Amino acid sequence: MPARVVVLGGGVGGTLVANLLSKKLGRDVGVTVVDPTGMHVYQPGFLYVALGQANGRWLARDERSLLRKDVDLVVDDAIRIHPDARTVQLRRGGSLEWDYLVVATGARLVYDSIPGLAEGSFEFYSLGGAERLREQLRRFDGGQIKVGIAGIPYKCPPAPVEFVFMLEDLLRDRGIRDRSGVTLLSPLNRAFTIESASKVIQPIMESRGINLSTFFNVESVDPSAGTVTSLEGEETGYDLLVLVPPHRGQSVIEDSGLGDAGGWIPTDRHTLQVAGRDRMFAIGDATDLPISKSGSTAHFEAPVVASRIASLVRGTAPRLNYGGRVMCFLETGNGRATALRFDYEHPPAPPQPNRMWHAAKWMFNRLYWEVVPKGRIPERAPRPRRAA
Amino acid sequence: MSTAIAKILDLKGLSCPMPIAKTAQAIRDLAPGELIEALATDPGSVPDFSAWCTSTGNELVEQSADAGVFRFLIRKKG
Repeated sequence: MPARVVVLGGGVGGTLVANLLSKKLGRDVGVTVVDPTGMHVYQPGFLYVALGQANGRWLARDERSLLRKDVDLVVDDAIRIHPDARTVQLRRGGSLEWDYLVVATGARLVYDSIPGLAEGSFEFYSLGGAERLREQLRRFDGGQIKVGIAGIPYKCPPAPVEFVFMLEDLLRDRGIRDRSGVTLLSPLNRAFTIESASKVIQPIMESRGINLSTFFNVESVDPSAGTVTSLEGEETGYDLLVLVPPHRGQSVIEDSGLGDAGGWIPTDRHTLQVAGRDRMFAIGDATDLPISKSGSTAHFEAPVVASRIASLVRGTAPRLNYGGRVMCFLETGNGRATALRFDYEHPPAPPQPNRMWHAAKWMFNRLYWEVVPKGRIPERAPRPRRAA
Repeated sequence: MSTAIAKILDLKGLSCPMPIAKTAQAIRDLAPGELIEALATDPGSVPDFSAWCTSTGNELVEQSADAGVFRFLIRKKG
Protein backbone atom coordinates (compact mmCIF):
# COMPACT_ATOMS: atom_id res chain seq x y z
CA MET A 1 0.00 0.00 0.00
CA PRO A 2 1.35 3.46 -0.81
CA ALA A 3 2.42 5.60 2.15
CA ARG A 4 -0.23 8.16 3.06
CA VAL A 5 1.07 11.70 3.40
CA VAL A 6 -1.24 14.51 4.47
CA VAL A 7 -0.04 18.07 3.98
CA LEU A 8 -1.88 20.75 5.92
CA GLY A 9 -1.73 24.03 4.02
CA GLY A 10 -1.45 24.92 0.35
CA GLY A 11 1.04 27.75 0.62
CA VAL A 12 4.61 27.74 -0.70
CA GLY A 13 5.88 25.02 1.65
CA GLY A 14 2.88 22.68 1.52
CA THR A 15 2.47 22.85 -2.25
CA LEU A 16 6.14 22.31 -2.95
CA VAL A 17 6.50 19.37 -0.51
CA ALA A 18 3.43 17.71 -2.02
CA ASN A 19 4.74 18.06 -5.57
CA LEU A 20 8.28 16.95 -4.70
CA LEU A 21 7.00 13.87 -2.84
CA SER A 22 4.77 12.88 -5.70
CA LYS A 23 7.65 13.35 -8.15
CA LYS A 24 10.13 11.40 -5.99
CA LEU A 25 7.95 8.51 -4.88
CA GLY A 26 5.38 8.14 -7.66
CA ARG A 27 3.09 5.21 -6.91
CA ASP A 28 4.72 4.54 -3.53
CA VAL A 29 2.95 7.54 -2.05
CA GLY A 30 -0.54 9.04 -1.86
CA VAL A 31 -0.35 12.75 -1.10
CA THR A 32 -3.34 14.81 0.04
CA VAL A 33 -3.16 18.57 0.51
CA VAL A 34 -5.76 20.09 2.84
CA ASP A 35 -6.31 23.82 2.41
CA PRO A 36 -9.12 25.97 3.82
CA THR A 37 -9.60 28.08 0.67
CA GLY A 38 -8.16 26.08 -2.22
CA MET A 39 -6.51 29.28 -3.40
CA HIS A 40 -2.75 29.82 -3.40
CA VAL A 41 -1.84 33.41 -2.57
CA TYR A 42 1.45 35.09 -3.45
CA GLN A 43 1.77 37.17 -0.31
CA PRO A 44 4.88 39.20 -1.30
CA GLY A 45 2.54 40.97 -3.72
CA PHE A 46 0.52 42.65 -0.93
CA LEU A 47 3.20 45.33 -0.64
CA TYR A 48 2.75 46.30 -4.31
CA VAL A 49 -1.05 46.27 -4.02
CA ALA A 50 -0.94 48.66 -1.04
CA LEU A 51 1.24 51.09 -3.01
CA GLY A 52 -0.95 50.93 -6.11
CA GLN A 53 1.65 49.11 -8.22
CA ALA A 54 -0.21 45.83 -8.67
CA ASN A 55 -3.71 44.50 -8.90
CA GLY A 56 -4.93 41.97 -6.32
CA ARG A 57 -6.10 39.60 -9.06
CA TRP A 58 -2.50 38.89 -9.97
CA LEU A 59 -1.85 37.38 -6.53
CA ALA A 60 -4.10 34.34 -6.28
CA ARG A 61 -4.40 31.15 -8.29
CA ASP A 62 -6.36 27.97 -7.93
CA GLU A 63 -4.25 25.59 -5.81
CA ARG A 64 -5.40 22.67 -7.96
CA SER A 65 -3.64 24.17 -10.98
CA LEU A 66 -0.33 24.18 -9.08
CA LEU A 67 -0.42 20.58 -7.86
CA ARG A 68 0.67 17.54 -9.83
CA LYS A 69 -2.23 15.48 -11.14
CA ASP A 70 -1.70 12.62 -8.70
CA VAL A 71 -1.80 14.89 -5.62
CA ASP A 72 -5.28 15.12 -4.05
CA LEU A 73 -6.64 18.44 -2.86
CA VAL A 74 -9.24 18.66 -0.10
CA VAL A 75 -10.72 22.12 0.44
CA ASP A 76 -11.64 22.06 4.12
CA ASP A 77 -10.44 23.30 7.51
CA ALA A 78 -8.24 21.00 9.54
CA ILE A 79 -9.55 21.47 13.07
CA ARG A 80 -7.67 18.91 15.15
CA ILE A 81 -4.48 16.88 14.72
CA HIS A 82 -4.30 13.57 16.60
CA PRO A 83 -0.60 12.59 16.55
CA ASP A 84 -1.04 9.23 18.30
CA ALA A 85 -4.02 8.05 16.28
CA ARG A 86 -2.37 9.60 13.17
CA THR A 87 -5.47 11.34 11.97
CA VAL A 88 -6.54 14.86 11.12
CA GLN A 89 -10.08 15.92 11.81
CA LEU A 90 -11.71 18.17 9.20
CA ARG A 91 -14.51 20.64 9.76
CA ARG A 92 -16.84 19.24 7.13
CA GLY A 93 -15.34 16.05 5.77
CA GLY A 94 -14.75 13.64 8.66
CA SER A 95 -11.10 12.79 9.18
CA LEU A 96 -8.03 11.74 7.21
CA GLU A 97 -5.54 9.04 8.21
CA TRP A 98 -1.85 9.57 7.62
CA ASP A 99 1.47 7.77 7.88
CA TYR A 100 3.33 11.08 7.63
CA LEU A 101 2.02 14.56 8.32
CA VAL A 102 3.44 17.85 7.06
CA VAL A 103 2.17 20.87 8.96
CA ALA A 104 2.42 23.89 6.67
CA THR A 105 -0.42 25.90 8.16
CA GLY A 106 1.36 29.26 8.20
CA ALA A 107 0.59 32.18 10.49
CA ARG A 108 -2.56 34.13 11.25
CA LEU A 109 -2.97 37.79 12.06
CA VAL A 110 -4.43 38.69 15.46
CA TYR A 111 -5.65 42.24 15.73
CA ASP A 112 -7.28 42.07 19.16
CA SER A 113 -4.09 41.73 21.23
CA ILE A 114 -3.25 45.43 20.75
CA PRO A 115 -5.91 47.89 21.95
CA GLY A 116 -6.99 50.23 19.15
CA LEU A 117 -5.05 48.40 16.42
CA ALA A 118 -8.00 47.33 14.28
CA GLU A 119 -9.71 50.74 14.42
CA GLY A 120 -6.65 52.97 14.34
CA SER A 121 -4.19 51.44 11.91
CA PHE A 122 -3.81 50.11 8.39
CA GLU A 123 -1.80 47.07 7.27
CA PHE A 124 -0.57 45.32 4.13
CA TYR A 125 -0.36 41.77 5.49
CA SER A 126 -3.65 40.63 3.93
CA LEU A 127 -5.16 41.33 0.53
CA GLY A 128 -8.13 43.18 2.08
CA GLY A 129 -5.79 45.20 4.29
CA ALA A 130 -3.54 46.11 1.36
CA GLU A 131 -6.53 47.28 -0.69
CA ARG A 132 -7.88 49.42 2.15
CA LEU A 133 -4.44 50.96 2.64
CA ARG A 134 -4.21 51.70 -1.10
CA GLU A 135 -7.50 53.61 -0.94
CA GLN A 136 -6.40 55.51 2.15
CA LEU A 137 -3.11 56.45 0.48
CA ARG A 138 -5.03 57.71 -2.57
CA ARG A 139 -6.94 60.09 -0.31
CA PHE A 140 -3.86 61.08 1.71
CA ASP A 141 -2.93 64.70 1.12
CA GLY A 142 -0.01 65.24 3.48
CA GLY A 143 0.73 64.70 7.16
CA GLN A 144 2.68 62.32 9.35
CA ILE A 145 2.82 58.65 8.33
CA LYS A 146 4.14 56.29 11.00
CA VAL A 147 5.05 52.73 10.05
CA GLY A 148 5.77 50.10 12.70
CA ILE A 149 5.55 46.55 13.98
CA ALA A 150 2.86 45.60 16.50
CA GLY A 151 4.12 42.13 17.31
CA ILE A 152 7.12 39.85 16.91
CA PRO A 153 7.66 37.48 15.16
CA TYR A 154 6.08 38.64 11.90
CA LYS A 155 6.27 37.53 8.29
CA CYS A 156 8.77 38.91 5.81
CA PRO A 157 10.92 41.01 8.18
CA PRO A 158 12.15 43.41 5.43
CA ALA A 159 8.61 44.40 4.36
CA PRO A 160 8.13 47.43 6.68
CA VAL A 161 11.49 48.82 5.52
CA GLU A 162 10.57 48.24 1.87
CA PHE A 163 7.24 49.90 2.52
CA VAL A 164 8.74 53.15 3.88
CA PHE A 165 11.15 53.43 0.94
CA MET A 166 8.44 52.80 -1.65
CA LEU A 167 6.01 55.06 0.22
CA GLU A 168 8.55 57.86 0.06
CA ASP A 169 8.75 57.36 -3.72
CA LEU A 170 4.96 57.52 -3.95
CA LEU A 171 4.70 60.75 -1.94
CA ARG A 172 7.34 62.39 -4.16
CA ASP A 173 5.62 61.21 -7.34
CA ARG A 174 2.37 62.73 -6.11
CA GLY A 175 4.06 66.02 -5.21
CA ILE A 176 3.10 65.88 -1.52
CA ARG A 177 6.45 64.86 -0.07
CA ASP A 178 7.22 68.38 1.21
CA ARG A 179 4.15 68.35 3.42
CA SER A 180 4.53 64.75 4.59
CA GLY A 181 6.71 63.01 7.16
CA VAL A 182 7.61 59.32 7.04
CA THR A 183 8.81 57.58 10.21
CA LEU A 184 9.77 53.95 10.80
CA LEU A 185 9.06 52.81 14.36
CA SER A 186 11.62 50.05 14.98
CA PRO A 187 11.58 47.55 17.86
CA LEU A 188 15.39 47.82 18.04
CA ASN A 189 17.99 50.59 18.01
CA ARG A 190 18.43 50.21 14.24
CA ALA A 191 16.24 50.03 11.16
CA PHE A 192 16.41 46.26 10.71
CA THR A 193 17.12 43.26 12.92
CA ILE A 194 20.16 42.15 10.94
CA GLU A 195 22.97 44.58 11.61
CA SER A 196 24.73 44.26 8.24
CA ALA A 197 21.45 45.10 6.51
CA SER A 198 20.82 48.06 8.81
CA LYS A 199 24.20 49.49 7.81
CA VAL A 200 23.10 49.49 4.18
CA ILE A 201 19.57 50.71 4.88
CA GLN A 202 20.06 53.51 7.40
CA PRO A 203 22.20 55.85 5.26
CA ILE A 204 19.59 55.59 2.48
CA MET A 205 16.81 56.39 4.94
CA GLU A 206 18.77 59.44 6.08
CA SER A 207 19.39 60.64 2.55
CA ARG A 208 15.68 60.27 1.78
CA GLY A 209 14.60 62.13 4.91
CA ILE A 210 12.87 59.07 6.42
CA ASN A 211 12.88 59.27 10.22
CA LEU A 212 13.82 56.36 12.45
CA SER A 213 12.28 56.02 15.90
CA THR A 214 14.17 53.36 17.86
CA PHE A 215 13.12 50.88 20.58
CA PHE A 216 9.48 51.39 19.76
CA ASN A 217 7.63 48.15 20.62
CA VAL A 218 3.97 48.98 20.03
CA GLU A 219 1.70 48.65 23.07
CA SER A 220 -1.53 50.40 22.09
CA VAL A 221 -3.17 52.73 19.60
CA ASP A 222 -5.57 55.54 20.48
CA PRO A 223 -7.54 56.20 17.27
CA SER A 224 -9.48 59.20 18.64
CA ALA A 225 -6.33 61.01 19.80
CA GLY A 226 -4.33 59.77 16.79
CA THR A 227 -1.48 58.46 18.92
CA VAL A 228 0.45 55.22 19.26
CA THR A 229 2.24 54.22 22.48
CA SER A 230 5.23 51.92 22.96
CA LEU A 231 6.01 49.40 25.71
CA GLU A 232 8.99 51.64 26.40
CA GLY A 233 6.56 54.40 27.40
CA GLU A 234 6.89 56.71 24.40
CA GLU A 235 3.85 58.24 22.68
CA THR A 236 3.80 59.60 19.14
CA GLY A 237 1.10 61.19 16.98
CA TYR A 238 0.12 60.16 13.46
CA ASP A 239 -2.12 61.15 10.58
CA LEU A 240 -1.81 57.72 8.96
CA LEU A 241 -0.64 54.71 10.91
CA VAL A 242 0.55 51.50 9.23
CA LEU A 243 1.32 48.64 11.62
CA VAL A 244 2.23 45.04 10.98
CA PRO A 245 -0.41 43.15 13.03
CA PRO A 246 0.73 40.61 15.64
CA HIS A 247 1.02 37.05 14.30
CA ARG A 248 0.21 33.69 15.91
CA GLY A 249 0.23 30.09 14.78
CA GLN A 250 -3.06 28.71 13.42
CA SER A 251 -5.88 27.70 15.78
CA VAL A 252 -5.59 24.03 14.76
CA ILE A 253 -2.07 23.96 16.22
CA GLU A 254 -3.16 25.52 19.49
CA ASP A 255 -6.35 23.43 19.70
CA SER A 256 -4.30 20.26 19.18
CA GLY A 257 -1.91 21.25 21.97
CA LEU A 258 1.05 21.28 19.59
CA GLY A 259 2.09 24.92 19.85
CA ASP A 260 4.25 27.00 22.17
CA ALA A 261 2.96 30.19 23.82
CA GLY A 262 2.67 31.86 20.40
CA GLY A 263 1.07 28.86 18.72
CA TRP A 264 4.31 28.00 16.85
CA ILE A 265 5.31 24.34 16.56
CA PRO A 266 8.52 23.26 18.31
CA THR A 267 10.55 21.98 15.35
CA ASP A 268 14.02 20.47 14.94
CA ARG A 269 16.12 23.11 13.21
CA HIS A 270 17.90 20.58 10.97
CA THR A 271 15.49 17.69 10.36
CA LEU A 272 12.31 19.84 10.52
CA GLN A 273 10.60 17.08 12.50
CA VAL A 274 8.06 18.18 15.08
CA ALA A 275 9.68 17.75 18.50
CA GLY A 276 9.13 14.22 19.77
CA ARG A 277 7.18 13.15 16.67
CA ASP A 278 9.18 11.21 14.07
CA ARG A 279 6.39 11.09 11.52
CA MET A 280 5.38 14.74 11.72
CA PHE A 281 7.19 17.58 10.00
CA ALA A 282 6.63 21.32 10.20
CA ILE A 283 7.59 23.86 7.60
CA GLY A 284 7.41 27.57 6.85
CA ASP A 285 5.75 30.15 9.09
CA ALA A 286 4.20 27.45 11.35
CA THR A 287 7.51 26.50 13.02
CA ASP A 288 9.16 28.02 16.08
CA LEU A 289 12.54 28.26 14.31
CA PRO A 290 14.48 31.46 14.97
CA ILE A 291 14.64 32.42 11.29
CA SER A 292 12.59 34.62 8.98
CA LYS A 293 8.98 33.71 8.51
CA SER A 294 8.96 33.97 4.73
CA GLY A 295 8.09 32.09 1.60
CA SER A 296 11.77 31.76 0.86
CA THR A 297 12.32 29.87 4.12
CA ALA A 298 9.51 27.45 3.27
CA HIS A 299 10.90 27.12 -0.25
CA PHE A 300 14.32 26.02 1.00
CA GLU A 301 12.84 23.79 3.72
CA ALA A 302 10.52 21.87 1.38
CA PRO A 303 13.20 19.72 -0.34
CA VAL A 304 14.52 18.71 3.09
CA VAL A 305 11.09 17.57 4.30
CA ALA A 306 10.33 15.78 1.01
CA SER A 307 13.68 14.02 1.01
CA ARG A 308 13.36 12.97 4.65
CA ILE A 309 9.86 11.56 4.18
CA ALA A 310 11.03 9.74 1.04
CA SER A 311 13.86 8.18 3.09
CA LEU A 312 11.44 7.07 5.79
CA VAL A 313 9.11 5.54 3.20
CA ARG A 314 11.94 3.71 1.48
CA GLY A 315 13.81 2.80 4.65
CA THR A 316 17.00 4.53 3.54
CA ALA A 317 19.26 6.86 5.54
CA PRO A 318 18.09 10.49 5.54
CA ARG A 319 20.33 12.63 3.41
CA LEU A 320 19.34 16.29 3.68
CA ASN A 321 19.43 18.71 6.62
CA TYR A 322 18.07 22.24 6.65
CA GLY A 323 20.88 24.72 7.23
CA GLY A 324 18.70 27.77 7.86
CA ARG A 325 18.97 29.10 4.32
CA VAL A 326 16.87 32.17 3.50
CA MET A 327 17.02 34.58 0.58
CA CYS A 328 15.09 37.86 0.59
CA PHE A 329 14.97 40.78 -1.79
CA LEU A 330 14.73 44.18 -0.16
CA GLU A 331 13.35 47.10 -2.18
CA THR A 332 15.00 50.40 -1.29
CA GLY A 333 12.95 52.65 -3.59
CA ASN A 334 14.06 54.64 -6.64
CA GLY A 335 13.93 51.41 -8.66
CA ARG A 336 16.68 49.81 -6.61
CA ALA A 337 16.85 46.78 -4.33
CA THR A 338 19.36 44.72 -2.41
CA ALA A 339 19.32 41.05 -1.43
CA LEU A 340 19.81 39.23 1.84
CA ARG A 341 21.19 35.72 1.60
CA PHE A 342 21.99 33.93 4.83
CA ASP A 343 21.70 30.76 6.89
CA TYR A 344 22.09 29.62 10.51
CA GLU A 345 25.86 30.11 10.39
CA HIS A 346 26.40 32.97 7.95
CA PRO A 347 24.85 36.41 8.38
CA PRO A 348 24.04 38.24 5.14
CA ALA A 349 26.40 40.62 3.41
CA PRO A 350 23.91 42.63 1.35
CA PRO A 351 25.28 44.42 -1.72
CA GLN A 352 24.69 48.15 -2.22
CA PRO A 353 21.17 48.49 -3.65
CA ASN A 354 21.12 48.56 -7.44
CA ARG A 355 18.75 48.27 -10.38
CA MET A 356 19.67 44.67 -11.08
CA TRP A 357 18.27 43.37 -7.77
CA HIS A 358 15.10 45.38 -8.30
CA ALA A 359 14.71 43.81 -11.73
CA ALA A 360 15.44 40.40 -10.20
CA LYS A 361 12.69 40.87 -7.64
CA TRP A 362 10.21 41.78 -10.34
CA MET A 363 11.28 38.89 -12.50
CA PHE A 364 10.84 36.58 -9.52
CA ASN A 365 7.37 38.03 -8.86
CA ARG A 366 6.45 37.10 -12.44
CA LEU A 367 8.16 33.73 -12.60
CA TYR A 368 7.04 32.57 -9.16
CA TRP A 369 4.01 30.65 -10.40
CA GLU A 370 5.97 28.68 -12.96
CA VAL A 371 9.07 27.84 -10.97
CA VAL A 372 8.46 27.73 -7.21
CA PRO A 373 5.32 25.71 -6.33
CA LYS A 374 6.08 23.20 -9.08
CA GLY A 375 9.62 22.61 -7.87
CA ARG A 376 11.40 23.83 -10.96
CA ILE A 377 14.22 25.46 -9.02
CA PRO A 378 17.05 23.02 -8.29
CA GLU A 379 16.96 21.54 -4.79
CA ARG A 380 20.50 22.50 -4.05
CA ALA A 381 20.48 26.23 -4.57
CA PRO A 382 23.92 27.90 -4.36
CA ARG A 383 25.23 28.52 -0.85
CA PRO A 384 24.88 32.06 0.45
CA ARG A 385 27.96 34.17 0.12
CA ARG A 386 30.08 34.32 3.22
CA ALA A 387 29.92 37.58 5.13
CA ALA A 388 32.99 39.68 4.45
CA MET B 1 16.50 48.88 47.09
CA SER B 2 15.41 45.31 46.51
CA THR B 3 17.97 42.75 45.46
CA ALA B 4 15.46 39.92 44.99
CA ILE B 5 14.73 39.07 41.39
CA ALA B 6 11.05 39.72 40.71
CA LYS B 7 10.91 37.89 37.39
CA ILE B 8 13.08 35.57 35.30
CA LEU B 9 12.65 35.58 31.55
CA ASP B 10 13.82 32.58 29.56
CA LEU B 11 14.65 33.94 26.11
CA LYS B 12 17.00 31.11 25.09
CA GLY B 13 16.73 30.09 21.47
CA LEU B 14 14.99 33.32 20.47
CA SER B 15 16.65 35.52 17.91
CA CYS B 16 16.80 39.25 17.62
CA PRO B 17 14.58 41.24 18.15
CA MET B 18 12.45 38.83 20.19
CA PRO B 19 14.50 39.08 23.43
CA ILE B 20 14.16 42.88 23.55
CA ALA B 21 10.47 42.85 22.66
CA LYS B 22 9.71 40.21 25.31
CA THR B 23 11.73 42.08 27.93
CA ALA B 24 9.98 45.37 27.09
CA GLN B 25 6.67 43.58 27.57
CA ALA B 26 7.64 41.81 30.81
CA ILE B 27 9.14 44.85 32.51
CA ARG B 28 5.78 46.63 32.25
CA ASP B 29 4.42 44.35 34.99
CA LEU B 30 7.20 45.23 37.45
CA ALA B 31 7.20 48.02 40.01
CA PRO B 32 9.90 50.70 39.66
CA GLY B 33 13.15 49.49 41.22
CA GLU B 34 12.32 45.80 40.85
CA LEU B 35 14.78 43.45 39.16
CA ILE B 36 14.25 41.26 36.13
CA GLU B 37 16.67 38.59 34.94
CA ALA B 38 16.78 37.78 31.23
CA LEU B 39 18.55 34.70 29.83
CA ALA B 40 19.30 34.70 26.11
CA THR B 41 21.44 32.74 23.68
CA ASP B 42 21.51 35.19 20.75
CA PRO B 43 24.96 36.89 20.81
CA GLY B 44 23.31 39.98 19.31
CA SER B 45 21.41 40.41 22.58
CA VAL B 46 24.60 41.69 24.31
CA PRO B 47 24.79 45.01 22.43
CA ASP B 48 20.99 45.15 22.12
CA PHE B 49 20.29 44.94 25.86
CA SER B 50 22.97 47.46 26.65
CA ALA B 51 21.59 49.93 24.07
CA TRP B 52 18.00 49.27 25.10
CA CYS B 53 18.76 50.00 28.76
CA THR B 54 20.59 53.21 27.86
CA SER B 55 17.72 54.31 25.66
CA THR B 56 14.89 53.46 28.07
CA GLY B 57 16.57 54.50 31.33
CA ASN B 58 16.36 51.04 32.88
CA GLU B 59 19.57 50.03 34.63
CA LEU B 60 21.68 47.10 33.43
CA VAL B 61 22.89 46.00 36.86
CA GLU B 62 24.82 42.90 35.87
CA GLN B 63 25.74 41.07 32.73
CA SER B 64 27.47 37.73 32.36
CA ALA B 65 27.94 34.86 29.93
CA ASP B 66 28.17 31.18 30.76
CA ALA B 67 28.24 28.24 28.35
CA GLY B 68 26.59 30.19 25.55
CA VAL B 69 23.89 31.71 27.75
CA PHE B 70 23.91 35.47 28.28
CA ARG B 71 22.42 36.71 31.52
CA PHE B 72 21.17 40.27 31.99
CA LEU B 73 20.01 41.65 35.30
CA ILE B 74 17.96 44.80 34.79
CA ARG B 75 16.47 47.17 37.33
CA LYS B 76 13.30 48.92 36.22
CA LYS B 77 13.73 52.68 36.23
CA GLY B 78 12.34 54.37 39.31
